[in-house]
Amino acid sequence: MNRTVKLERPPYFISSASVVGRREHEGPYGKCFDLHDESERFGQKTWELAESEMQRLALNTALKKAALTPPDINLLLAGDLLNQCVGSAYGLASFAVSYLGIFGACSTAAEGLAVAAMLLSGNNAEKCAVVSSSHNCSAERQFRSPIEYGGQRPPTAQWTVTGAGAFLLGKSGSGPCITEVLIGRPIDKGINDANNMGAAMAPAAIDTLCTYFTETSSSPSDFDLIITGDLGFEGSGSLCDYMRKAGYELGYKHRDCGLLIYDRKKGDEHAGGSGCGCCSCMLAGHFLNAFKRNDLKNVLFVATGALMNPAALQQGQNITGIAHLIRIQA
Amino acid sequence: MDIDSKSYQKYVKKRAKKSPVLSDCIKAFIFGGLICCIGQGLFDLYKNVFGLLHDDAALLVSVTLIFMSALLTGLGVFDNIAKHAGAGTLVPITGFANSVVSPAIDTKAEGFILGVGAKIFTVSGPVILYGVFASVIYGIIYWTVKTLT
Repeated sequence: MNRTVKLERPPYFISSASVVGRREHEGPYGKCFDLHDESERFGQKTWELAESEMQRLALNTALKKAALTPPDINLLLAGDLLNQCVGSAYGLASFAVSYLGIFGACSTAAEGLAVAAMLLSGNNAEKCAVVSSSHNCSAERQFRSPIEYGGQRPPTAQWTVTGAGAFLLGKSGSGPCITEVLIGRPIDKGINDANNMGAAMAPAAIDTLCTYFTETSSSPSDFDLIITGDLGFEGSGSLCDYMRKAGYELGYKHRDCGLLIYDRKKGDEHAGGSGCGCCSCMLAGHFLNAFKRNDLKNVLFVATGALMNPAALQQGQNITGIAHLIRIQA
Repeated sequence: MDIDSKSYQKYVKKRAKKSPVLSDCIKAFIFGGLICCIGQGLFDLYKNVFGLLHDDAALLVSVTLIFMSALLTGLGVFDNIAKHAGAGTLVPITGFANSVVSPAIDTKAEGFILGVGAKIFTVSGPVILYGVFASVIYGIIYWTVKTLT
């Protein structure tokens, strides 16, 4: 059975908004993002609350842009990297909208957009909001080492993006819409290095893209761009190499949000950005605006996630990767 | 496309960008050596200028280095030095001080008992546990050898 879902009534992007931290603002796409805070605290006491505040600000900005109020939203799908997705729950509770907490690690944005798109296309909602975020400091604390710990990161390590992206999707409208969805499957190829998440996620992206191209009889040349979430330098290389082996040349069509968001020559983000905020900010702040300017008409957005749990890793388990695909058309 | 796990792992290992070991070693040598020089300077200062006894001066050197690392960690400077210095800051007593102070800063918001109190040794815990354990073993060997001879 085909895994690609062709949406009968493609839902539209009504608006989108992005909130980022200092490094992201200083990056090459810094001007594309709506809001930023140099201190990355967003006026909050803890890093976890700062992440929640970013989500609140992102959704608030998206609603303002669309001149909508929270009661206009049927369902809110949101996720982050913190345990129990508290970044989302605390940040979005004040909107008082039906809420589904979702976890797909760094693929959360695509997961939320895919589910929302299917709900809207199936006539189960009028308008949905999707929010996802990550904060470098709250993620470091939970997954790696204390923030001020003086350690060295290997060149394959990626830097968790401080950022939140919010999207409003509606059944009717104009502009870019989601026409196809492919929900990824968990892929484990035996990678257990938490400092090389790109390598753990790449096989999932390869699986999703190959499945999509086969099922739809399409090829990379049919699209303006093929955007991956946060494979970084290592994962992007693996993706292009293996896709070539499978007979699909991605070449100049491929963009990776993790490689775009920072100026890797200047900073010390090593293999690039990662985290739920990475691809959601780049999609909300840059790519959707490129659709508005008519620079883009037809893209595949493949957000990848490393379903990593530090305790499981210590128990000898591998890192499972996942990649969800949505096709966005003008 | 079906990817073979074994060959993929091999491929990943081969393509992974390697750490610049030579420059890491040189930087660690310079920073580590610098910290030792500062320590020696402090020792001479305490002993010759302030006239402290040899053991007291040595003890005060450790205390000063620990204080300096803790202060730099609190000011958010230590990790910026350590990312270049690597083992140069990790191996001396400075690394140990940083490994205790950094979790303390992180967990302050979780309270002084279950936050700082419970989690302050999350990084340095293994060093403390096995350090104490090794000293016990060493003590037993030392005692046995001394009694027998």
